[in-house]
Amino acid sequence: MVEAIAMAHGWEMQHDASVVVIGQDVGANGGVFRATAGLQERFGKDRVQDTPLAEATIAGMSVGMATHGLKPVAEIQFMGFMYPALDQIVNHMSRMRNRTRGRLSCPVVIRTPHGGGIHAPEHHSESTETMLCHIPGIRVVCPSSPARAYGLLLAAIRDPDPVMFLEPVRLYRAMRQEVNDDGQALPLDACFTLREGGDVTIVTWGAMIMESLRAGAELDERGIGAEVIDLATLSPIDIETILASVAKTGRLVIVHEAARNVGVGAEIAALVAEHGLYDLQAPIQRVAGFDTIMPLFKLEHDYIPSVQRIVDAVELTLSG
Amino acid sequence: MKTVAEFKIHYRQILGGNGAVLAPLPQFAKDSAEVLRMYRAMTLVRVFDAKAVNLQRTGQLGTYPSSLGHEAAHVGVGAAMRPEDVLAPVYREFGTQLWRGVTMTEILTYWGGDERGNDFAVPRQDFAWCVPIATQTLHAAGAAMAFKLRKEPRCALAYIGDGGTSEGAFYEALNLAGSRALPVVFVIVNNGWAISVPTKAQTAAKTLAQKAVAAGIPGVQVDGNDVFAVREVVGEALESARRGAGPSVIEALTYRLSDHTTADDASRYRSGEEVKDAWALEPLLRIRRFLVDTGLWHAAKERALLEECTLKVDAAVTEYLGKVKPATDAMFDHLFATLPAHLSEQRLIARHYSSKPGVSKPGGH
Repeated sequence: MVEAIAMAHGWEMQHDASVVVIGQDVGANGGVFRATAGLQERFGKDRVQDTPLAEATIAGMSVGMATHGLKPVAEIQFMGFMYPALDQIVNHMSRMRNRTRGRLSCPVVIRTPHGGGIHAPEHHSESTETMLCHIPGIRVVCPSSPARAYGLLLAAIRDPDPVMFLEPVRLYRAMRQEVNDDGQALPLDACFTLREGGDVTIVTWGAMIMESLRAGAELDERGIGAEVIDLATLSPIDIETILASVAKTGRLVIVHEAARNVGVGAEIAALVAEHGLYDLQAPIQRVAGFDTIMPLFKLEHDYIPSVQRIVDAVELTLSG
Repeated sequence: MKTVAEFKIHYRQILGGNGAVLAPLPQFAKDSAEVLRMYRAMTLVRVFDAKAVNLQRTGQLGTYPSSLGHEAAHVGVGAAMRPEDVLAPVYREFGTQLWRGVTMTEILTYWGGDERGNDFAVPRQDFAWCVPIATQTLHAAGAAMAFKLRKEPRCALAYIGDGGTSEGAFYEALNLAGSRALPVVFVIVNNGWAISVPTKAQTAAKTLAQKAVAAGIPGVQVDGNDVFAVREVVGEALESARRGAGPSVIEALTYRLSDHTTADDASRYRSGEEVKDAWALEPLLRIRRFLVDTGLWHAAKERALLEECTLKVDAAVTEYLGKVKPATDAMFDHLFATLPAHLSEQRLIARHYSSKPGVSKPGGH
């Protein structure tokens, strides 16, 4: 997936001279995960810039660049280091269009690694997408395959508004897939149905699609048809696809790595309760990270929801 | 036009790169037992560091930030501090921490992915490692505020790297400390590289010590590979802060001889020539030369010291590898003073799905 991300950067920089890549170690080093590998050699030091080690600088500078004709694609090295940038994202980037009544806008993409599972040090493994989803005026996207990373990143860069692009670290090198470097963007604001089934709907995103698809396969062996939906764009949510699936299956299990409390799963559950309650044949189940600090890596796999937890939750919806 | 402010930054050095004494020796450097103690500490952390990198390479430790080349800066700071002072480290200053009583087992435990490594038996009041860049500088200022309000003759000392000086929090800490004359010392370890970004790409300032100027506090530069100079300069800054004269900034110039961490490959962005040149100025070389020149050291003692250090490191590694993996309860037990009810339920779920508790899995699964 990490090569697909670098490839999408390359395509868009080649075809749009206003695209500029900024961040810590994105230049000569090509990014600590190699997501910007080769870009500085190809496009030069003006268009691929190593910034000072300062996240508020990266986000604030992006606001200035974006309001004045550039399209910054900024990397925050890890999601746990995004917090100094939040002031700029919440107070400026997200509301620039609204508060100037459309006079100025912020076509910015902020990319950042998301989630755990790779034995990384402290503050390198959190999933705090909910904080971003709560901010009006920005989109939050989380791809779950190389092809979707390529297509969604292109869409994010082409979008006229700010997009937070969360890259699940467990997927960076987890799967190999041929991706056509054809500049084709995928739609933002749309779910992807990865697996069809008639008995239960599993909604998930990011790295948890791996456990969810495994659970789907395991359930299949027991004659239970699980439909697995990749949410992909976490804000705004494409609720229509989910409602249509729930209308078919009557059961909903939401799976995410982030803590349960006020997670994106809660919003999905609320929307389905509001618009699809009479389609439900069983209470909605959430399988999520615990409401604890993401533990250091000795316990991270006890924190990240397992296939068994998903299977058990599905069986609970069927036991009624 | 009149000049309303101007500044100078002084550079301090006692031991030259070849071990020659370039300035009057401070009192501690005339005490052979004390000099040997510092040399032993520098050697121990060097041996420990090589072992830790090796543990990571063999899958028995997580990502690890080597301190190779920083031994003089780290041990010099440790030796200058008093036990009752408080350290706010970044994540690489093992030489200071070992001097202050943190154990090698604790260091390995934390970098092995286990929070128990942060529960130092000694020193209880020091801060734990701080990965979010520059945030620790404000914690040190806050601790110093507590000492000042209680009129305790104690100081806080915060480390920060060259890259960290680009963060807003660093300037905020200096500004606060200066405005309240807090008993805090900020030690910038300028090792030339913030992962792949060289110091000259962080700032147009000629020195990082001069970052103190805008906060109205003293800043000084020191040869960070010279343990005598570091200890002397930091000692002066701490005593000045202790007697109420306020904070200061010290920039220790050194070189990161290793990759940023074991997850990094510095050959992608810096030349082998540069690293080779830096090795000629590395900190152990010159103090060893000083010890030999003053008749305190010879080859047999060096061999014995290396053996002794290896035994200590091996004992710590054995203790670390023998640690039983924490139970899933550990995620919950320290979250609040009293665990809320819904978390007690989640604790049961975690136990139910736990992967084989009780089996030690150093380095992960």
